[in-house]
Amino acid sequence: MTAAVLSARGIGKSFAAVEVLRGVDLDLMPGEIHALVGENGAGKSTFAKILAGVHRPSTGGLSMAGQSVEVSSPNVAQKLGITLIHQEPISFPDLSVAENLVLGRMGGGWLQRVPWARLTSDARGIMAQLGVQIDVTRQMRGLSIADQQMVEIARALASDSRVIIMDEPTAPLTPKETATLFMIARRLRDEGRTLIFISHRLEEVRALCDRITVFRDGNKVMTDHVANLTDADIIRAMIGRPLKEYMHKVGSVIGEVALKVQGLTLPGVFRDISFEVRKGEIVGLGGLVGAGRTDVARALFGVAPAATGVVMVNGQAVSIAEPSQAIGLGLAFVPEDRAVAGIFRSLSVEQNISAAVPGKISRWGVISRKLEKAMAEAQVQRLSIRLAALRQPIGELSGGNQQKAILARWLLTDPQVLILDEPTRGIDIGVKAEFYDMIGALAVNGCAILLISSELPELLALCDRVLVMAEGRLTADLDRSVATQETIMQAAVPRSGVAA
Amino acid sequence: MTIAKPTARDAAPVRPMWKVLLLRPELMTFALLVLGLFGASALSPYFLDLAYILDSFTLSAEFAMVALILTMIIIAGEIDLSPASNMALSACLFAYAQAAGIPMPVAICIGLAAGLAMGALNAFMVIALQLPSIIVTIGTLILYRGLAQVIAGDKSIRVPEWFIGINNYLVLGMPSTVLMFLILSLVLGLVLGVTVFGRQIYLIGTNEIAARHAGIRTRRIKTLLFLMMGLASAFAGLLTASRLGSVRYDLGLGGELQMVLMAMLGGTYIFGGRGTILGTFLAAWLLVVASTGMTVANLLPAVQLTVLGVLLIVSIIATNAIYSRTQR
Amino acid sequence: MRALLLRREAGIFVMIVLFCLAVGLYKPQFLTLNSLRIILLLTPLILIAAMGQMLVLVARHVDLSIGSMLGFSAMVTGMMFKFLPEIWWPLGFVLAIGTGTILGLINGVLVTLFRLPAIIVTLGTLNLYRGMTYIISDAKQIDRQFVPSALKSMSQTSPIFGIPWIIFISLGIAALTYAFVMHTAVGRQIFALGSNPVAAPLRGINVTKVTLLVFAISGALSGLAGIMYASRWGFVNPSNTGAGFEFQVIAAVVIGGVSINGGSGTVLGTVLGVLLLGCVAAALPLLGIPGTTQNAIYGGVILVALLIDRAVRQQGLKTLSSRVAA
Repeated sequence: MTAAVLSARGIGKSFAAVEVLRGVDLDLMPGEIHALVGENGAGKSTFAKILAGVHRPSTGGLSMAGQSVEVSSPNVAQKLGITLIHQEPISFPDLSVAENLVLGRMGGGWLQRVPWARLTSDARGIMAQLGVQIDVTRQMRGLSIADQQMVEIARALASDSRVIIMDEPTAPLTPKETATLFMIARRLRDEGRTLIFISHRLEEVRALCDRITVFRDGNKVMTDHVANLTDADIIRAMIGRPLKEYMHKVGSVIGEVALKVQGLTLPGVFRDISFEVRKGEIVGLGGLVGAGRTDVARALFGVAPAATGVVMVNGQAVSIAEPSQAIGLGLAFVPEDRAVAGIFRSLSVEQNISAAVPGKISRWGVISRKLEKAMAEAQVQRLSIRLAALRQPIGELSGGNQQKAILARWLLTDPQVLILDEPTRGIDIGVKAEFYDMIGALAVNGCAILLISSELPELLALCDRVLVMAEGRLTADLDRSVATQETIMQAAVPRSGVAA
Repeated sequence: MTIAKPTARDAAPVRPMWKVLLLRPELMTFALLVLGLFGASALSPYFLDLAYILDSFTLSAEFAMVALILTMIIIAGEIDLSPASNMALSACLFAYAQAAGIPMPVAICIGLAAGLAMGALNAFMVIALQLPSIIVTIGTLILYRGLAQVIAGDKSIRVPEWFIGINNYLVLGMPSTVLMFLILSLVLGLVLGVTVFGRQIYLIGTNEIAARHAGIRTRRIKTLLFLMMGLASAFAGLLTASRLGSVRYDLGLGGELQMVLMAMLGGTYIFGGRGTILGTFLAAWLLVVASTGMTVANLLPAVQLTVLGVLLIVSIIATNAIYSRTQR
Repeated sequence: MRALLLRREAGIFVMIVLFCLAVGLYKPQFLTLNSLRIILLLTPLILIAAMGQMLVLVARHVDLSIGSMLGFSAMVTGMMFKFLPEIWWPLGFVLAIGTGTILGLINGVLVTLFRLPAIIVTLGTLNLYRGMTYIISDAKQIDRQFVPSALKSMSQTSPIFGIPWIIFISLGIAALTYAFVMHTAVGRQIFALGSNPVAAPLRGINVTKVTLLVFAISGALSGLAGIMYASRWGFVNPSNTGAGFEFQVIAAVVIGGVSINGGSGTVLGTVLGVLLLGCVAAALPLLGIPGTTQNAIYGGVILVALLIDRAVRQQGLKTLSSRVAA
């Protein structure tokens, strides 16, 4: 057995009081492609970031070829030959491709001369080695995500990295681009480099990787050769318990059409989207990241309206150009990125809960603190939001409780159509279960629910129907009876299936 | 109450109320104001005379009024550096119009309308065209002042005798412009403090994207604020014209510093979402006491400028420090 | 995008030519060597400071205090000449540049250490430095007789072609800046920082150092412009010297195509922007337009440049989205 190129021993990590990673041991071999899989929040990305010097471990340490190393920053990692390629590649859009390749690695003093000619020819050499056609003298601005990833890979080669970590690289790629990426990844492996491939798509893991490590709830569950495992083994390791333990669909009465969408189009983003959601129905919307799911939700809610198409709410054709209009029509939208579009971090929990219903907490435009407090308190109890006081800033709450407060905000608007975009992302399993109960209860009460989720088990367990989008188009409308992980993934990657 | 007891993982422990109140930047402003009054009265017994202070305040009352609205704009996450230039241009237009024989009421309306139009231009560039307000209003700061210079040249334009000296009218024992400032403070303090409109300004300044998602008409509210700013600046310009008795293009020159300073000294957070009218109100008095004190102490105007510059920087550092302590 | 920038530079050049021709048609004396001399003499101070401001803008900041830094440095230098008349006059350059560097570093420290927005910091120091100029000078002007004649003659005498020294100095600064931003590691880091401030530290760029550096350079060049002011006008006045200078410089830089969103801008564009403003300033008196219109023009120019910048960015976005759709 050859010696490990990079070894982790007892790696643990806590953010504030929350432990996200516990005692992880892992040996990475030269010339292997190693998959890290696990549910969102399982700790795989945190582990990768510790390897790449983005985070420092709270406990444990790393060693390379037997030597203990201190990976204190991304730059140090780079010097040690470890490169992390983010899902959204880092780029400096105003600089040339060649410059992006070497930025931060040019040695010498401040007034070190930039050897343009050598930079350019070196960059061309690496691109040729990768077999990609990117003009290295052009600006980064305007390069596709796939090309930007190639530049990052080229960057790893330029610094002769031995360990290259890719964090969900295929999420934004087309199947063809994915195939190219895999081809290059194999070539790099054959050169004796180590690649770490983070993904939750088992087909890709199976097609590409040699070994696999599964994370769950901050622990490493197992490491094994992919060939030794069935998909079921891996999924069981990821989930740890049968889904039914914490997910169940409550039977609700499905009524009239609450939301009907016909031919919704926003050029360059999504095309010809048509579907309907009935009262009491939970409709899932699956697909890969970047397929246009969030964009459709944003269009429906008036955040970034569609160019053409018809939206009907309760049988009435409506035009929604602003979220305020959507709210007036009984729509509610829990956005995907809580920190960006959801919470008002420095404001109190009660102000966060009451933000969308100014009319309910005021008389003649004057806010009644009493009304506001009573209303917020009722929601806190209803959703069992755990907090120290209503007046504390929402930023001091845990992620799950913040998300509950956002949901509380929308429940106050008495929504008839509730759009949830990745509502359980980054939330503890326990709180997730509470969320599923709440969603079920809302449906029972006659609310029409559109649930966007990348977690297939979630879609399968909760939804009456699952819509699937790929590349801006609706590719499937699956009834609960026929929806499986396979049928959903097939529709999500329509053209050539999984790149092999 | 049956709220579930939080664990350490769910939420940080709540800060006691006295700590919340003590860490408010307005308290710092107030303490400084008291300190300033003590210091100044040691310099000159005049400072214990309310009438003297009120009279000194008339010199800054116009800026102070505009600073109140500037506070709201900064809380909403934008900034406007052009109001002092706006004051000059609207006053020049007004003075020019009445000198050209246009009846006074019409001329006054022209001045106010011009101010509104300037606010509208700022709003258009910032909200419709999505340009950063900080750069846009530097541009209009130069443009408006420059246009005032084009209109008035290097001459000063006289205004009619009866229009002069509104600050000398005493209402309820205080100069009328000071009373206007008090009333405006009260009104805007209520608007910002207890109305839905005020609450939404805080929401926008804290997180504009989230505010829009929560159905708040962010563009409409910000446009309204810039328009209010334009109108208030023009009004302040006319008041200044009345106080000075003539209009030159350099009316209110450098006023943006004083206005920003009042807002910052009052604890308005430069990155938006925090601040109060009360803070700016106190800061305006603090500034008047400080600059009058410096004048009484025979400090050159230039030295005062230095002090203002230092104050501005120190006050932002202090406010940031306070907020970062409460933000964790 | 690079092509767009080039087009932008060509555009400014064409504007300069058209403007000069138009004015020349109306007032033929505008197209004489003498008026070229006037134009060139209007520009050196702005050009020098514009190089510093360009770097500050590229790094996504702005420096409003340059006029006051110019005034203060000029005053310190003038006072040295006044009270130490025997001193070797080129030391004035060292003093002026050194003073400016310190003032610029103060701005930089406030921006980086306390994480304050540059615009508010430099609005404060704009007034602070101006006030300090009054204090150290006791509000008194440094008159002509105190400024060394060798220094003054730099603005009149010429090494070659009748073009005075200060123009060569300013062009030299532009050339140095070009070499700095295009051919040194740290010069490129300024662009990287402005292009993606979030990612810059991940690439090992020391954001604090680079930010301090751009403010220091802006200060140093303002200081140099300060002693050039003494050379050009022969006096230093605590209130006038450098007052409103920031407007001219910012106007020149943004019309030269430096993006207010950071990350992009060229030395050539900035030089052309300065030239265009110089042509306008030289043409105004000839056309009988009073000098009082200058500030309005600067303000208008900044707004127009903002609009152009926005249009260029939108075009960039459009080509991007059409590629995505394709």
